[in-house]
Amino acid sequence: MHMIAYQTLPRRKKRLRPGIVLIFMFCVLVGFLMVVPFAWMLSASFKANTEIFETPTRWIPAVFRTLNYEKVWRDIAFPQFFFNTAKLAVIITLMQLVTCSLAAFSFSKLHYPGRDKLFLIYLATMMVPWHAIMIPQFIIVKNLGLFNTHLALILLQAFSAFGVFILRQSMLSIPDSLTEAAKIDGCGTLRTYLTIIIPLTKTGLITLAILTFNTIWNDYMGPMIYLDSEKLFTIQIGLASFRQQFSADYGAIMAGAVSSIVPVILMYAIGQKNIVEGVAFSGIKG
Amino acid sequence: MQKATLRTVRGKPRLSQARRREAITGYLYLVPNFVGFLVFTAIPIIAGFVMSFTDYNGFSGEFIGLSNYAKLFRDTQFKTAFVNNMVYSLASVPLTIVAALLFALALNRKMWGANFFKTIFFFPNLTSMVAVGCVAMLLFMPSNGPVNNLLRALGVAEANLPQWFFSTKTAMATVIIMVVWKQAGYYMIMFMGGLKNISPNLYEAARIDGANAWKVFWNVTWPMLSPTTFMVTILCFIYSFQVFDIINVTTEGGPGRATSVLVFRIYREAFKNWKMGYASAIAYVLFLIILTITLIQWRGQKNWVNDD
Repeated sequence: MHMIAYQTLPRRKKRLRPGIVLIFMFCVLVGFLMVVPFAWMLSASFKANTEIFETPTRWIPAVFRTLNYEKVWRDIAFPQFFFNTAKLAVIITLMQLVTCSLAAFSFSKLHYPGRDKLFLIYLATMMVPWHAIMIPQFIIVKNLGLFNTHLALILLQAFSAFGVFILRQSMLSIPDSLTEAAKIDGCGTLRTYLTIIIPLTKTGLITLAILTFNTIWNDYMGPMIYLDSEKLFTIQIGLASFRQQFSADYGAIMAGAVSSIVPVILMYAIGQKNIVEGVAFSGIKG
Repeated sequence: MQKATLRTVRGKPRLSQARRREAITGYLYLVPNFVGFLVFTAIPIIAGFVMSFTDYNGFSGEFIGLSNYAKLFRDTQFKTAFVNNMVYSLASVPLTIVAALLFALALNRKMWGANFFKTIFFFPNLTSMVAVGCVAMLLFMPSNGPVNNLLRALGVAEANLPQWFFSTKTAMATVIIMVVWKQAGYYMIMFMGGLKNISPNLYEAARIDGANAWKVFWNVTWPMLSPTTFMVTILCFIYSFQVFDIINVTTEGGPGRATSVLVFRIYREAFKNWKMGYASAIAYVLFLIILTITLIQWRGQKNWVNDD
């Protein structure tokens, strides 16, 4: 808590102060608390059930047992869950990128009556919580004959108002003179969109893609409501239903949990900057 | 929407040929997103409101006026969920904000490993509540989970060991611990953005005036950060009314009704009891709560901006 102010002073000379040591120790402690559950999860996933609750906890298993992973990946349809989730995440992300960028382009660079009013409606619906409209959504999906299909989840999530908002924002920073010049040079709208707007919105597109992918990967309630057959399950409901069925098979549950997190870690490693930017951005908007 | 457009077109001087072409193109680019938006967002918002006045059960339903809303006042399940949700919100939001602010303040400096810590603090936020719930259930297992084992080792008597998810007294607190642990890093990032926007000149001035660290915090950082704090609190509060995943994975609303919350009630009534009309009424109460908070934010935002 001490030194808060001092560090931001640009001309301050580097000196090790007791304050910064305390802060560093605070960070180590918090970091430890953040990591411990994952470390424990990882460690338990390589243990037999009898070894998991040994005291004191043996953080590095005496023997690395792969039986839990074998169970999860061979005996249970985990590969199928993985494939389903990846499929949904990729399709929905791509569809969002296309539909949202087209709409954002229209909202930011094309001129027509009612444009801004329409965008305001988009904005307004962003504050409606999904839970408030999930029931009518369900009825619509059911009446379209799409209950228990992946298409239901795809359609529900492929047209996000948030995506339009975030992309419109980054397109607004592209100067109009650029698109005007293209127009004068005889460049059609589609070509302007493809050759000028899209390349210049790359950061926004990547941020949206990563955030969407992560949301879909972690989505639990959507698949739970819409998917009934096990062969359609996503990783999250697969894991949740596995935990319910085999609540005492701790090692295997942990192996499943670890497996479900690995792609998220990979994604974070690649797109950390974009994720953090996306969060900071969604905060600015509120 | 079409109607509105036509009217505008007719009301104003006619659009030139080129203008009209651009308008048509504009609508065309909008169409793919707009159709989905209309069918899966706009229509459900209205349909949900209408449904809340019916006894729709998934197949058929009739208008029953305000009965669903009247029932809310008698329904102890709903009332418990409402109270639980308030408790959850009023506890989890301040805890999250304090933790997030502390993290942000700690990392807002040139410090060895600051970036690494930021990465670590934020990480839990990216993982799914299902995985977090799975591991939490084991960590907090009353009999021989590592948390209670640690407490035992520290000398806590067997009778005093908390039952965590398994006692009506501690279940909600345990949920809150997990949620705060998971989401603090998210709000930390927002606070860090706010801290970055504070001009170094202000700190410089305060330092010249001889203010100590604590004074600088109260007189510079805290007031300058207040718009961020306000917005982060509102956002966190809004999300707190949508808590569901962690509860459905760990306690399923129990033990008893100890962790039953609003979205959990909506889910149960709609998709387990098939009382979709009644569930829609609860859903609209939820909507109303969130709308109120959002309106407070709008008003407040103006005030905050003027203040500074």
